[in-house]
This record gives sequence, structure tokens and C-alpha cells, in this order.
Amino acid sequence: MLLIPCPWCGPRDEAEFHYGGQAHIAYPDNPAALSDEEWARYLFFRDNPKGPFAERWSHTAGCRRWFNVVRDTATNEIHAVYRVGEPRPVTA
Amino acid sequence: MSPETQGRRTPGADLPDHPDRLWRPAEPKRAYDVVIVGGGGHGLATAYYLAKNHGITDVAVLERGWLAGGNMARNTTIIRSNYLWDESAGIYEHALKLWEGLEEDLGYPLLFSQRGVLNLAHSLQDVRDSVRRVNANRLNGVDAEWLTPEQVKEVCPIVDISPDVRYPVLGGTYQPRAGIAKHDYVAWGFAKAASDLGVDMIEHCEVTGLDVRDGRVTGVRTTRGAIAAGKVALAAAGHSSVVAGYAGVSLPVQSHPLQALVSELLEPVHPTVVMSNAVHVYVSQAHKGELVMGAGIDAANSYRQRGAFHIIERQMSAALELFPVFARAHVLRTWGGVVDVTPDASPIVGLTPVENLYVNCGWGTGGFKATPGVGWCYAHTVATGEPHPLNAPFSLDRFTTGKLVDEHGAAAVAH
Repeated sequence: MLLIPCPWCGPRDEAEFHYGGQAHIAYPDNPAALSDEEWARYLFFRDNPKGPFAERWSHTAGCRRWFNVVRDTATNEIHAVYRVGEPRPVTA
Repeated sequence: MSPETQGRRTPGADLPDHPDRLWRPAEPKRAYDVVIVGGGGHGLATAYYLAKNHGITDVAVLERGWLAGGNMARNTTIIRSNYLWDESAGIYEHALKLWEGLEEDLGYPLLFSQRGVLNLAHSLQDVRDSVRRVNANRLNGVDAEWLTPEQVKEVCPIVDISPDVRYPVLGGTYQPRAGIAKHDYVAWGFAKAASDLGVDMIEHCEVTGLDVRDGRVTGVRTTRGAIAAGKVALAAAGHSSVVAGYAGVSLPVQSHPLQALVSELLEPVHPTVVMSNAVHVYVSQAHKGELVMGAGIDAANSYRQRGAFHIIERQMSAALELFPVFARAHVLRTWGGVVDVTPDASPIVGLTPVENLYVNCGWGTGGFKATPGVGWCYAHTVATGEPHPLNAPFSLDRFTTGKLVDEHGAAAVAH
């Protein structure tokens, strides 16, 4: 089980959180202009790295706020936690 | 030990000779007609049918660990074909028909046991979905029945069907031809048969790159050197994104841990396979006597072959509600594998944007049952350069055309 440091509540068990997948996926600026390939990218394709991954979590059993985490998917080590709207921190 | 022999005998000298190996250990050659990346069930079955059905024997199966030590060693061995849509019925039923003759075909025992699979319904919506799926199965020639709670109890007497439990059983779908097989034997049977036909099994050989020139794959780079290849067939399951990424191909899959566990050996109590979509548990009893239970996936992406404890805890509490008799059973061990999950809970089998590079991935939580069927169809795809009609609907470009094959209802484990 992951121990996730919520930016507002501190470290809590993974069971208190809801997962939101890859972070920093913006809704298309001009959806009507997208090709089928671009729609497919937006809807269905997400990064799936074996290594550092910027992802969203929501502390559903706590403060109920969404935030971002950089976690290494090869080790589950959490490198950074930051608030929505902040840029992805540079991690080693 | 008598004083005369003490110190003179080599320990183990009286043991019988090592039994014959099932497959030839092979050193990688410099080039092959076909290189298969991934020595799990799908890779091995593909190699076997490439040789048997298409006469292509200059084939290497590259495995980064030991043969069939990934998800093939970690699954819960359930075999069934009761999926909702025509496309799925096609490929899964093809697989089930192959399973029915596979021991004979491979000349190897697989402990294939058609003991039936029950999929339980716990809510009115479950009931409606299940009855619909039974009807769809029948229209596709797949054996399926809708059972009342009392009929469920007849098939599997240890299920608690009392109405006041947390997950009341409102009925279930039953596929009598479904069942289980011994996963290791399946891998060994395919490996032996493919090896006998000339395929090289190369273990401890991790692919670290794909050579692509002018939009065409020409070989693989590995921890044991570069290998040229006429065609490269990916069958890397949880690591598909990583391997396809070497050729610049993105896949709409996410890798998650999936856990399972076994109890200690118990007397036979469980005559069939019971799956419950709503509570994320599926249970059978292995020939040897262990209760084999699978859980749902961990929500977060990960390439670690272990999952979170709270997933197991949830699964066990659900299993205990359904099977009060399990209360005194002990968990012997738990483990995890990395599964690659697609947005529509259906696999991706076919061509890629790179010429001569083929992909078989996205089987998520349910690839074992398809092993012979996908091997057959993927071998056809690789041999002819065109998808087999049964895997044509599972193309990578369905995510662009929008023609998805949504099997979340029948895939049984939360995706």
C-alpha cells in the first residue's frame, strides 16, 4: 500500500485516495478542429512509462482535494507532491 | 553411513539422471525470420502455430526472465468464452474449441478441466446484464444458461444464497464448457511442441531496443546482442508500452498490478469456478487442493509485481460473504503480475504503423483463456501480414475509428 503525502493533510494510506491517472492532460483548445487521430490521442492514449510518472490523486476520505504526484512506476517511490495548477517539479 | 563409505561417496551420486528437457535451450542466432518478444503463453502459442500452421520455423522466442515466468505463472487459469459481443465470442470461442483438443494436439497433459464457470449477479442491473449476455452467447453458439439462486446452489453447494448477506446472489450465468487448466503445463506443452518443430527458446534475453529503418522493423537489440529479424511480433503483456515505445509506437494501454492468492491445500469443496463481477473476486479449487482466488487491479499504474494489501483484504471479505466455509482457511501466499489494460477491456492484436512489427497486447486481466486462440490468430497475422478475421476487429486503429469492443461487463475484473 502506498503512503501518499497529501499536500493538505500529510501522509495517509492509499486506501483514503482515489486515483485519477495521468496529470496535465488539458482539454483541447478547439475541439471542433481535431482530427479523428487527435481525438483518439486525447480520449484513449495516456503515457505508460516504467519510471517517473506525473499523476492525479484525490484525497476522497480526507480533504477531498485533487493534487498531483510524481511517482516512479518501477519502484512506487514518490518523488514529488504538488498542487493542481503548479508545473511538474523537476525530479531526479 | 558406514565408516567404509564415509567421505568417498559424492552426495547425490545415486540419484537418477536429470530427466530429458522439454525444450532445447538455444543460443541466439544473428538473424531469424520471426522474433517473438515475450516467452509467455501467448508468445509460445504464437511460435507453435507459426511453425505448425504456416511452416515458419526460423523463429526465436525471446524472454527477459525464465520461460512463462510472468503473467503465465501468475494468473488464475480460468478458461471461458461467454463474452458479450460477436467479435469477442469469435476469438474466445475459437480459443475454447482449441482448448478442447489441445492436450491431444500438443501431446502433453494440461489438466484441462471443463468444470463450468458461474458468473454471479448481485443486483437487478447485474441480472439484466447477465441475462442479456446469456442470450448473446446463445446467438453466437456459446453455451450459456441463466441460473436462479437455487440452481446456483445446486452447481456450487458452498455458495451462500441467503437473501440477507452483503452481496445477495440473485442468480448467475453458467457456462458448462468453461473451466481451468494447469498454466505451467500449458506453457511447457507449447514450448516443447514449438521447440520440437525448430523454434529457439531464448531465456534471460531482454529486448532493449527495436531497429526501425524507413518505417520498417529490421531487428531487435537485446541484453544478449543484436538480432536481425524479418518480422517482430510483440507479446510482452504488462511491458508492451515499453517495448512498443522502442519503435516509437504508442499504445492505448495502462499497466497495473493484478493480485491473486492461494489457500493451503484443502479437501475438495469447490466443484466449479465462481466469478463475481460486482465484488471483484473469482475462485476455483486447483487439482492439488488450493483455493485459487483473484482480486481486482490496483487503481494506480505500476510495473511492480506486487499490489496493495487493501485490495486483497477487500477481495477476501467479499469471498467470505459468498463462501462462509472459507472462514477457517489460511492464505498460503499472495502475488501480483503486471497487466496491460485497454480503454474498452478488449485486446489489441494486429498490425502497427511500423511495417513488419506486430502487436499483441491489452489482454488486461484475462489473457490466459485466449492462449491457443490468440496464438493461432496472431501467427496468421504475422505469417500473412494481414489480420486473421477473428482478430481483425481488435486492431489498434479501432481507437481512432471509434469501433470499440466494450467488454467491461464480461471482463469480470474491474478495469
